[in-house]
Amino acid sequence: MNPIIRVENLTHTYGIDTPFCRSAVDSVSMEIYEGEFLGIIGHTGSGKSTLIQHFNGLLKPTSGSIYLRDRDIWADPKKIRDVRFQVGLVFQYPEYQLFEETVYKDIAFGPKNMGLDEAEVDRRVRASAAFAGLGEDLLDKSPFDLSGGQKRRVAIAGVIAMEPAVLILDEPSAGLDPAGRRSLLENIRAYHRERGTTVVMVSHSMDEVAENVDRIIALANAGVVMSGTPHEVFSRARELMDVGLNVPQVTQVAMELRRRGVDVDPAVYTVADLRRALGALKEVGR
Amino acid sequence: MLKDITLGQYFPGTSLAHRLDPRTKLLLTVIYIVALFCAKSFFSYLLIALVLFTGIKVSGVAPKALVRGLKPILFIICFTAVLNLFYTPGETLASFWIFKITKEGIFTAFFMVLRITMLIMGTFLLTYTTSPIALTDGMEALLGPLKRVRVPVHELAMMMSIALRFIPTLIEETDKIMSAQKARGADFESGNLIERAKALVPILVPLFISAFRRADELAVAMECRCYHGGEGRTKLHVLRYKPRDYLVLAAYAAVLAGVLVLARFGL
Repeated sequence: MNPIIRVENLTHTYGIDTPFCRSAVDSVSMEIYEGEFLGIIGHTGSGKSTLIQHFNGLLKPTSGSIYLRDRDIWADPKKIRDVRFQVGLVFQYPEYQLFEETVYKDIAFGPKNMGLDEAEVDRRVRASAAFAGLGEDLLDKSPFDLSGGQKRRVAIAGVIAMEPAVLILDEPSAGLDPAGRRSLLENIRAYHRERGTTVVMVSHSMDEVAENVDRIIALANAGVVMSGTPHEVFSRARELMDVGLNVPQVTQVAMELRRRGVDVDPAVYTVADLRRALGALKEVGR
Repeated sequence: MLKDITLGQYFPGTSLAHRLDPRTKLLLTVIYIVALFCAKSFFSYLLIALVLFTGIKVSGVAPKALVRGLKPILFIICFTAVLNLFYTPGETLASFWIFKITKEGIFTAFFMVLRITMLIMGTFLLTYTTSPIALTDGMEALLGPLKRVRVPVHELAMMMSIALRFIPTLIEETDKIMSAQKARGADFESGNLIERAKALVPILVPLFISAFRRADELAVAMECRCYHGGEGRTKLHVLRYKPRDYLVLAAYAAVLAGVLVLARFGL
């Protein structure tokens, strides 16, 4: 598979020359492949947010480089805006960045900055609103009259509307109720399936990551500690717990069942997996 | 860009400068500023510079951090220097067209730059070594006597500490909103004045909304804890002068006296 983003030896240090000097990201090398759904997990302060802000050139590395389609994104600092259109980044709690009078105008902000014509902007606004699960009737409303969950969808649509090759979401479901979470993630999954573009989701909910992604990168203490499929990563439960992370709840259930003498495979990461594993057990039992 | 603004930022520490009573530090800063404005000669500046450097050394604050604090006012410094350079009457050294540089002009410009730089560095030393809470505590205590003439000292101090408390928060918030809008291709660095002003709308609207939201939340939180102003309120940390406070105050007073004496003799 082709890496679309390649990070080499990236280090980012905050507050150089002050007593608060600290490396949030320390010599990280990693790759993001074309078309994959990647999950980045890590405890609070593990450098996740700092790392992803390098992917679209919002932060400049203290040392190391980032390549987008084999081109160093900082080769020409004047063209960094083009990188931002190709790598769409949705921040944590993105609803706080809405500013326009109507939802439509707010979603159109990105495409307009790209210098697209009216018709193309209109097409993109409508398409991305649909992807984000916003009805046409909401487009003329003020974003400040919407509910928290709807506001977040507007903010996400605002980034999708740039039609980026890579979509990065920082904790997209934080602070939503369970139903809102489920339906937002369903929308993101559908977006990934239909567009076929690369999606990176940062999360510290192991369940969310296990249910959605193809590959996981685990961060701890400013560096990458693990990377691989959910199966590969979550089978190293001990190590994950040592760095302040965990395994999905269903895996914890399976591990506990096993400890109590039920011969179930602990390598299950989704509810469906566990149901299948327990079903198989019942077959054997009979 | 926004990280350059270090106003009101506190670097925690345990140095002598950190441990001094905030009232002492406020008084010291006042004495320092008075001395700086009374200074007229090279020797008095040298004396004050000595005090400043001792202060920096004792506080353990990185000199680089102090210099960085000067950046935002670099323009003002240059502006005053240029004005003084050209508009001070006296013995002409060089002239071209309508400009002439005088010997007095060079001296005045040089001392002006020195004065502003040392003024900023001295006051930064105060905010770097004193937490905003201690600072307003000290201010409240020093202005205490004004309560007799019905000046709402406590309320003013509370407003000030809230304002100081929110400066870093709002800067951080601005940074975050700027990044989010930049991620959508917002451009704050190019275009003419009107375009640049327009480019600020996507930052200012969310910033105001969040500032009002925070103010609202803070008001509710304060009411939940039955805050009712200064009347009958006691302090958890009562300020007390220690011997070191008197010593440092005496030293500063001596420096001020020295500067005044030097000025008296026209030095």
